[in-house]
Amino acid sequence: MRMPATLIAVATALALAAPAHAKVIPVAAGENAQARLQEALILAEPGDVVELGAGRFTLTDGLSLDVTGVTVRGAGMDATVLDFTGQKGAGEGLLVTSDEVTLRDFAVENTKGDGIKSKGADNIVYYRVRVTWTGGPKETNGAYGIYPVSSTGVLVDGCKVSGASDAGIYVGQSKAITVRYNYVEQSVAGIEIENSRDALVTGNLVTRNTGGILVFDLPNLPVMGGGNVVIRDNLVVGNDTPNFAPKGNIVAGVRRGTGVMVMANDGVMVGRNQFDGNPTTSIMVVSYPLAFADARYNPAPRNVLIGGNRFGRDGYDPQLPGAATLLTAFGGSLPPVLWDGLGDPPKAVDLVNGKALSLNLPKQGAGAEQAKPAPFRLPDSVPMPPAPGASQAVEPRAPAALDLRIQ
Amino acid sequence: MLTATAVAVAAPQDDGVNVAAVTGSGLPATLGEFHFFADAAAQRPAAGVTPYRLQTPLWSDGAEKLRFVYLPAGTKAKANGDGLLDLPVGAALIKTFKLEGRLIETRVLLHRADGWVALPYQWNREQTEARLALAGARLELTTPQGQPISYAIPNKNQCKECHQQGDAVVPIGPKARNLSAAWLESFHKAGKLDSVPKVTARVPLWDDRAKLAVAPVARGWLDSNCAHCHNPGGSASNSGLDLRWEQADPVKLGIMKRPVAAGRGSGGLEFDVLPGHPEQSIMIYRMGSLEGGISMPEVGRSSIDPDGQAAVARWIREMKR
Repeated sequence: MRMPATLIAVATALALAAPAHAKVIPVAAGENAQARLQEALILAEPGDVVELGAGRFTLTDGLSLDVTGVTVRGAGMDATVLDFTGQKGAGEGLLVTSDEVTLRDFAVENTKGDGIKSKGADNIVYYRVRVTWTGGPKETNGAYGIYPVSSTGVLVDGCKVSGASDAGIYVGQSKAITVRYNYVEQSVAGIEIENSRDALVTGNLVTRNTGGILVFDLPNLPVMGGGNVVIRDNLVVGNDTPNFAPKGNIVAGVRRGTGVMVMANDGVMVGRNQFDGNPTTSIMVVSYPLAFADARYNPAPRNVLIGGNRFGRDGYDPQLPGAATLLTAFGGSLPPVLWDGLGDPPKAVDLVNGKALSLNLPKQGAGAEQAKPAPFRLPDSVPMPPAPGASQAVEPRAPAALDLRIQ
Repeated sequence: MLTATAVAVAAPQDDGVNVAAVTGSGLPATLGEFHFFADAAAQRPAAGVTPYRLQTPLWSDGAEKLRFVYLPAGTKAKANGDGLLDLPVGAALIKTFKLEGRLIETRVLLHRADGWVALPYQWNREQTEARLALAGARLELTTPQGQPISYAIPNKNQCKECHQQGDAVVPIGPKARNLSAAWLESFHKAGKLDSVPKVTARVPLWDDRAKLAVAPVARGWLDSNCAHCHNPGGSASNSGLDLRWEQADPVKLGIMKRPVAAGRGSGGLEFDVLPGHPEQSIMIYRMGSLEGGISMPEVGRSSIDPDGQAAVARWIREMKR
């Protein structure tokens, strides 16, 4: 076959871009997997692929990778399993501390601490990785499943997490983040974006968690001022697992059945998501509720936009004081948006169901017992102009056959 | 060029140490290749290799630790205030761990032209040689208190977890404030240190802890055992906890600070340090655990340091609210 000259030039350029010595380092499951795999991760050079064979790798300690540009690739998230059930040490199953790393097509099971952590690891990709605590939701499970922190450039795509006692996918103190097409279940928080900026959370399915998707900013951390986050086109359904986080953790305060929760952030868009079966509320917008001493910190939510979401049956069993009275007042279920009454009110963009409940808390740090709940209509933000060439925006109706109940 | 390198490796140095092994790019397979010791089994150092001790050391399952610093002939360390001695390229730090009366492992830190490299070497049963243990190892051993443990030799990456500052690997121990005035003086007199650094607040001698004020003893222990990760450039920087000797901000020291990513490491407690209440302080809870995901430090110990925990608990108990 003859190749056009331009294609040859492109191919040559690509070939040159890859390190000349890049190689594939195969590691098979079996005897002494801990030492063989860890050694491969240490001796890998930039551009290399550490290729994990199919099967179960029985591990006794945490693994770590500290070489730039390495890909760790398994035979599939159900075929290659790194089994940490017998783990003796380390705070996570796999720790990555170098840039430009890709982790793909393998699973991590039953780590004592976090599943996979990457810290200061820019442009990291988690692709089709599974992290599971196989005993279901338990307080003794590790905290985070997939845990990138202190990084610029994070992609978590097509992953599956189950059983995290804090957040299934947790991105902290980072920027330029995409979390898409993941399936997170049976964790306290499904997906959490914390003290981070410029995040897109889209196309995920979060179900059977305590809270579906959380966007938080916390005080006293090296990186604060979280915001510019888009939560779009997610399926947030049936998040009804009782909170099983160890006390002291901020997510231990998340109420069972919270769909999306925005706390103390600046600029969050919650749009075009499908909510159903979340007993407390679909969307909650609140201030940081605890005392803090940090002059840099703003505990209030600002510039939160809500629009175009589709709500099923949410807010029917809210974990709030005075729930029975509220339910009676609102005819059996709370409106889809709950605001604590502090900071900017969340605003409505196109196609919103504008009904909301404000708790009307008197000040930051006030307890829910001081609430004076009242109905509240989201003020309109400036409507977004239709996309060029788009027809008149019409909210499509759900097909009659769509049934979100778990069969 | 190749010939020159080969000659450099083969040629014995004036002080006996194999400089090429220290400064080259390779990962020497045995500790013996460095020639750091005149008698390795007896841990008798070669010429140019100087023993030292720390005022308050990092605790490692009660292991006895033997520390040495090597400087190439004709070079000097530079004093850097209270902080780490500035060691020249070609320098090495050598630390041997002894348990059950025998040599277990020797960790070396090599100062190469492109930075420090940390390597662990595991001693053989016969005590004749230590071999590179790149992937680490676990050994069934007994602590001096008679407790059986699964002792962990760290892998090369785990060395870095503690020795990381930003993107660089650095030594932890030999900070001027954690070395005795007498040792610094003698190192200077031997022509190996450019000047004797003036130390305003020296970390107390751990052996003297019973007769010293509570706070400096605890803060010295935290500096040596925790601050290499818990500082703004360390592995645990994202926690916001900064346990360095010089840190004065109470929240950064954990006082009334809520946990961030502690998971079940919080132990159901609300604050890292609750003044007056060590039993309600996450710091004490994590020091007292042996479970992965809870235990702190995360690597480097398989048993609890009873004296360290007691010292920090006393500090918290006597702390005013």
